[in-house]
Amino acid sequence: MTETTLRLENVDKFYGPIGRGVHAVKDVSMRVDRGDIVALLGSSGCGKTSTLRMIAGFEAVSRGAIYIAGRQVHTLPPVKRNVAMAFEGYSLYPPLTVRENIAFALKSSRARAPEVAARVDEVAAMLEITNILDRYPNSISGGQQQRASLARALIRDADLHLLDEPMGQLEPQLRTLLRGRLKHFIKERGLTAILVTHDQTEANALADKIAVMEAGELQQYASPAEIKERPANLFTGTFVGEPPMNVFPATASHLGDRIHLDLEGGLDLVYPESAFAPTVRAAMLARRQVMIGVRPYAVRRGEGGATATVLANQWLGDQSHIAARFAGGTIVLVEHDRAALQEGERIAVRLAPDDLHIFDPETGCAMSHGREAA
Amino acid sequence: MDTMSPLERVLRGIAITLVILFFMFPIFWIFLMSFQTNETILRVPPSIVFEPTIANYQALLTGRLETAAGTLEIRFMRNLFNSLFLSTASVALALVLGIPAAYAFARLKFRGSEEIAFTLLSFRFAPPLLVLLPLVIYFQQIGLANTYIGLIWVYQLICLPLILWIVRGYFEDIPADIEHAYRIAGHRWFTTFRKVALPLAGPGIAAAGLLAFIFAWNNFIFALVLASADKQPVTVGALAFVTASGIQFGQIAAAIVLSIAPVFALALYAQRYLVEGLSLGAVKG
Repeated sequence: MTETTLRLENVDKFYGPIGRGVHAVKDVSMRVDRGDIVALLGSSGCGKTSTLRMIAGFEAVSRGAIYIAGRQVHTLPPVKRNVAMAFEGYSLYPPLTVRENIAFALKSSRARAPEVAARVDEVAAMLEITNILDRYPNSISGGQQQRASLARALIRDADLHLLDEPMGQLEPQLRTLLRGRLKHFIKERGLTAILVTHDQTEANALADKIAVMEAGELQQYASPAEIKERPANLFTGTFVGEPPMNVFPATASHLGDRIHLDLEGGLDLVYPESAFAPTVRAAMLARRQVMIGVRPYAVRRGEGGATATVLANQWLGDQSHIAARFAGGTIVLVEHDRAALQEGERIAVRLAPDDLHIFDPETGCAMSHGREAA
Repeated sequence: MDTMSPLERVLRGIAITLVILFFMFPIFWIFLMSFQTNETILRVPPSIVFEPTIANYQALLTGRLETAAGTLEIRFMRNLFNSLFLSTASVALALVLGIPAAYAFARLKFRGSEEIAFTLLSFRFAPPLLVLLPLVIYFQQIGLANTYIGLIWVYQLICLPLILWIVRGYFEDIPADIEHAYRIAGHRWFTTFRKVALPLAGPGIAAAGLLAFIFAWNNFIFALVLASADKQPVTVGALAFVTASGIQFGQIAAAIVLSIAPVFALALYAQRYLVEGLSLGAVKG
């Protein structure tokens, strides 16, 4: 069995009095296994940074418990939690050089000077900041400060490394390069890391598991592939994925041996009974009103499909993004070839049953993904 | 500056000169007065040509004031010492009390923190005359009237709010995460306060201390009422120059020159440090 490094148990965070203040984190429970990289993904104000700061010890836990390496830590000061953290605002100490800033993280660990120097050089080389080690924080760019701050966290031997938006300020090329190196660095040393980000590419590229948060609640906690293929609810489905999932309200009915999904604008999608698992079918028919979702890259053009009218067609150099009027809304298609489509042109789109995600419109919870029940 | 036309440069120079003249002329005139006798000071029309004398300074330093009515004992040097001692001790106490309080107000959000901070500030609104009479009565009852301790205590009304509010602002300007980064690297909060917050707020603390020192130095009314001759600072001691045989303008001017000298020197010295410190982190501190 794998060892659990971090465990959150029903953690709540209120800013202000419990029950009356702003409820920033709602009943979050999760486990992080040793050696895993977990991304907390969500938009601004979703509670991901509050969660991270509660783990670090800079925010009090209003309710619930936090365990790190088997110890209950949520009542301990940060110094006793044995965690390292890279801060979003870099937070380098201005009177010290970058090298001293990185090294001071090791001061209290009683490492010898030559070892400290070697480790600083190693992590600096990994993050491409060797040339600025002797400069002061105020004389380097935001991206360099961010990497220095990241280096200061990574150099530590801690039970848990907390990285708050570690790459937000970097140029895209550098970001891609460093993502690979960072993952390698963390994995090679067997570190456990929690990464807060609003960039899903970063989460997908770095994390073993992604925790999607919204409005203080943990929406889904799963591997990147699972989140893409089996989003737990409408929020995760539409939040993760670029461009976002197409979602339409539909009315389900059963005629003969076929399932009809009636969309707005008189569109009727007809599928054989066998396209849905029996339990899903029963649930859909009992609900009648459902939401259907389909990823843009899963929408196909071809004969026999439902009609849509092209609104825009953008060639991004490696893929086409086509937006079309469909079922009283807009549907987005992604194709890998340059599509020769003009605005106003009619196209036929097919939504294959294997690519359909069915959601309960009231709770937002997923009912099925393709042929399988959720 | 590079984009200014010659005309603008000339106008700016004139404007600066006028401002300097306006503010510095009284000081300059007092400086001249301190080397004159009452007769040359009071002649009409006044002139900046005179025969300088150091008699005024001699009188202050020796404590013997020769007037038409005879020789008067004055305690100017004692007053100067009192001013120095009272101001320094008051500011030191206010720093010891005010810096931790400012840090708490800046970093911890607790119930009533704003109210407490505002109450402390409100000590600066109340006219001193309003609180003086009750204060004198209390102080006489508990034996603090006419003591240095009592005066230093009352001077906290001047120094503490000033230091608290200025230093609080500086603490608030330091990103809390700088301290967090230090704490998470294995340091306790008190070490963090000492090693990170205090040095970074250093320029602010210096500025607040300097300002509080000047305010304490210039205080007149508290010291007038609460201190007798041997505890009085120069502001009150200067009243001794209003004698039965007339006002000793020369000595007053000399007393002013001597009494602003320490503050002036302090301000000049600290100004260099303040400017340097305010470019936070650009220099190794």
